[in-house]
Amino acid sequence: MITDRVSRLRQESLDAVNRLSHERARLVTEFYRDLLPEEEPVPVQRAMCLTYILENKQLYIGDGELIVGERGPAPKATPTYPEISLHSLNDLDILHNRPKVSFEVSEETRNIYESEVIPFWQGRTNRDRIMTRMGRPWLDAYEAGIFTEFQEQRAPGHTVMGKRAWESGMLAMIKACDQGLKTRDAMDSSGRNQLRAMKIAGQAIIDFAMRHAIALQELAAKERDSVRKRELEQMAAICHRVPANPPQTLHEALQYYWFIHLGVITELNPWDSFNPGRLDQHLQPFFEKEVEGGLLDLEQARELLHCFWIKFNNHPAPPKMGVTAQESNTYTDFCLINVGGVTEKGQDAVNDMSYLILEVISEMRLLQPSSMVQVSKKNPDMLIYKALDIIKTGFGQPSLFNTDAIIQELLRQGKSIEDARNGGASGCVETGAFGTEAYVLTGYFNLPKILEVTLCNGYDPRTGRHIGLQTGDPLSFDSFDDLMDAYANQLRYFARIKMNGNDRIQAIYATGLPAPFLSLLIEDCLDRATDYNAGGARYNTSYIQGVGLGSITDSLTAIRYHVFDQKTTSMKGMLEALKSNFEGYDELRETLVFNTPKYGNDEEYADVQAERIFNIYFTAIDGKPCYHGGEYRINLLPTTCHIYFGSVTGALPDGRLVGKPLSEGISPVQGVDVKGPTAVLKSAARIDHVKTGGTLLNQKLTPSFFDDSESYAKLSALIRTYFRMDGHHIQFNVVSAKTLRDAQQHPERYRDLIVRVAGYSDYFNHLGEDLQEEIICRTEHGDVFVL
Amino acid sequence: MNDRGLIFDIRRYAVHDGPGIRTTVFFKGCPLHCLWCHNPEGIAPDIQKIERQRKLNGNRYVHREEVGRWLTAGEVMEEILKDKLFYEESGGGVTFSGGEPLAQPTFLMNLLQQARQARLHTVVDTSGHAPPADFQTVLSMVHCLLFDLKTTDTDKHLEMTGAGNEQLLDNLRSIPASGPELYIRIPVISGVNANAHEMEAICDVLSSLDAPVKRVDLLPYHKLGRHKYESLGMHRPGGLFDAPGAQSMDAFAKIFRVAGFATKIGG
Repeated sequence: MITDRVSRLRQESLDAVNRLSHERARLVTEFYRDLLPEEEPVPVQRAMCLTYILENKQLYIGDGELIVGERGPAPKATPTYPEISLHSLNDLDILHNRPKVSFEVSEETRNIYESEVIPFWQGRTNRDRIMTRMGRPWLDAYEAGIFTEFQEQRAPGHTVMGKRAWESGMLAMIKACDQGLKTRDAMDSSGRNQLRAMKIAGQAIIDFAMRHAIALQELAAKERDSVRKRELEQMAAICHRVPANPPQTLHEALQYYWFIHLGVITELNPWDSFNPGRLDQHLQPFFEKEVEGGLLDLEQARELLHCFWIKFNNHPAPPKMGVTAQESNTYTDFCLINVGGVTEKGQDAVNDMSYLILEVISEMRLLQPSSMVQVSKKNPDMLIYKALDIIKTGFGQPSLFNTDAIIQELLRQGKSIEDARNGGASGCVETGAFGTEAYVLTGYFNLPKILEVTLCNGYDPRTGRHIGLQTGDPLSFDSFDDLMDAYANQLRYFARIKMNGNDRIQAIYATGLPAPFLSLLIEDCLDRATDYNAGGARYNTSYIQGVGLGSITDSLTAIRYHVFDQKTTSMKGMLEALKSNFEGYDELRETLVFNTPKYGNDEEYADVQAERIFNIYFTAIDGKPCYHGGEYRINLLPTTCHIYFGSVTGALPDGRLVGKPLSEGISPVQGVDVKGPTAVLKSAARIDHVKTGGTLLNQKLTPSFFDDSESYAKLSALIRTYFRMDGHHIQFNVVSAKTLRDAQQHPERYRDLIVRVAGYSDYFNHLGEDLQEEIICRTEHGDVFVL
Repeated sequence: MNDRGLIFDIRRYAVHDGPGIRTTVFFKGCPLHCLWCHNPEGIAPDIQKIERQRKLNGNRYVHREEVGRWLTAGEVMEEILKDKLFYEESGGGVTFSGGEPLAQPTFLMNLLQQARQARLHTVVDTSGHAPPADFQTVLSMVHCLLFDLKTTDTDKHLEMTGAGNEQLLDNLRSIPASGPELYIRIPVISGVNANAHEMEAICDVLSSLDAPVKRVDLLPYHKLGRHKYESLGMHRPGGLFDAPGAQSMDAFAKIFRVAGFATKIGG
């Protein structure tokens, strides 16, 4: 049941225009220009800056809201972070005018930027600092599109609230800071300053809640409606109690988290907003206690969760520009709600709240928050069935994760078993130990582009620069292994450049932009009196995200098969075809596309290349020390970067034309998997997921695969088998009639598309046009939802 | 070619051919020629050449493809075993369909034997039109039988499929109560058997069997296999047949349900 209030608030959230708010930029500028206490060290300055923003920002309390607090002055009024990166007037115009992921920029905002923000910050932002410190090899590789850099416009984030922060309350944390200050040596000024900063930041969020309490009391005094009056009084009392104290009720718990969430995303703009983590486990005790005590019924709990959900949707990812806008072209700020999995003690963690949350996801149907279900071998099938209920409607949520693989991944990286079990995935698919780890994603890495550069002996045709190593003229390669060696050398070279750059960037954050508020929340920053951005967390990991596994595998396989084994063409012929983007080489391209073994078909000849590439990538990066004192790790996910990387990559030996998207995640190249889902899963399981911090696999299905309880059981078994093979994540895209129309136009991109015809299934491409039409009509009929 | 069988397709994640996730092996060649057949590539017992068009970049590429491959049982098993974990997890296995798998009895038995040794669950999808001795052997080897039944009317059966139904009805009746799980699949076709009289007659046959019927699947005829005829250069079935309406399907299902059979519309 959705109450009238929720349905109105939800609609308001959907209707709110994404716009850029100058509020934060203006306050930060005032602070640094007019009020900066120069006698204080940077961490304290940062904490005071947060205090200044929270003391002076406009409050927003929506009519009928049960959970309060907005990062901006109103829903979807999205702040900027000029101390990190500065939008130029031109950037503002682009944001305002671009067709996708636009932000409305008012005349007033533009004027404030022109007269206050830009004059102060020009040349002084963290991004300026980063870009002036990067050497030529880094800049060349970055500009060529070998890799991207997450931290140039957004602060290191990728962390999730864990058990301790859920349970302790701000006052207890402040007390712990005081305790640390008492015991810490007077000479340890860095540690003492860090603790002072954390304390100030903790107090800032308590005071911010108090401002809300006062505002709510004022509203209550004016309120005529006795029911709402009572609600407002109750909400005022809640804001008085939390986040200062640990929550006692479900309502308090949600409001508690929400203030903390706002604190994290106001302090800085960490990549991946922030995440409440194992929400079902954190909320269940309150829910259980209140329901048993007769203080709360199911529908009230549901309404509170609805209101909580809407809050996330009110907060788009901060406006991105340039490459960053392309690599993550979405309003989503990747707050991924985790449901299911196992408890700290290793038991089935599914509870009433897990199922209620799944219902809320389905009822809210909002872009944010994202959601996922952790599936352990210990969880009941019902958890999967409830997830499939939502997935089948074509919503793309929740995605499904393998708890048992996540735990193995974390253990391999050296986490304790309890920390591993308390972990999960955040962002897209990224593994983390919740509440105890800084797992910073640093940028995408373009695996196919490196082949292009290798085939050009270190030269990048698009930028016209020699950006790589001279790994040898491909015409001189006697065997496929020669090519693989050259590729591996080239990859290691770029990985080294990327990691060197990361170290410098992370040093810049550690010293220039510490995050004292976030540090309060993540263990053991407080105990070590060390900032989150400086390695204070119990575990510190830096990730580099590989993109285009399918494309690179198929490209190498095509060369192995046609140049070295079958000798369909020569290396010279291949290079010429690539150089001309296959113009005049139509038949060769047809052969490459259709008559070549492809990754995704459970075929040894192709899959073995995926395994080799994975191992090259893994050994180039995994275990190398990173700035924070932890290690580098790899994962394989793209967000929307496979499109950007595609746009900077020339024609590839698998027949892909210049500029076209690369394959995404660890999925096969679009449309080449023609042996059905079990074959895709087996190919994908060829790589060792346990050695990663996350992989992303998309699988297309039509709604007919969700027909009845038997189909559910079969899908459930499909998922469980993939997980039994240590697969990390799978997401089902239930295709719409629109997709089928596109498949009629571009059959080569949809060779994998299976549709249920009538009691049997067939490849869409194999059907006659009349039959395709019929299926499209039927699918249209079955379509439930378009966001 | 004694040790080889003619197969026209092996399809993985087949979810409509028996319990769990299955791989279905399609045997090429069928003694019946049902006028409505939606797998016409399964009829002829030899390799057929077809032309397929591929579109790429607006260009059309015509290439010849062969329908049907002579494979050893070992080669077929290798393909089947690729999804062993999926079968285990779902309670699935392998389904031998066609065409008519019993038209290549030695090859079928060989595969059933190897599948059993690999501890796979096996299903045979058959018209039942086969020599009784072969049928009995298969009965003793298979876990589950999908038995396709079209009509009890012998003349009509001869007219529509090219063969009478005496042999297949005898085979059906011969299935012992202790035999494999039995599913009856009835294609329901307007112009052939989509009427209460036919359905009641089939229902009577089923009621008289020794073997318990696990479920009756009523499969409404669809014209969806028709595009295949053209690419095979075969004569396409005329407008003779039609798909029955949903209401009549419900009414037919009721006939079987009243007689005590679990019945499903669609397979």
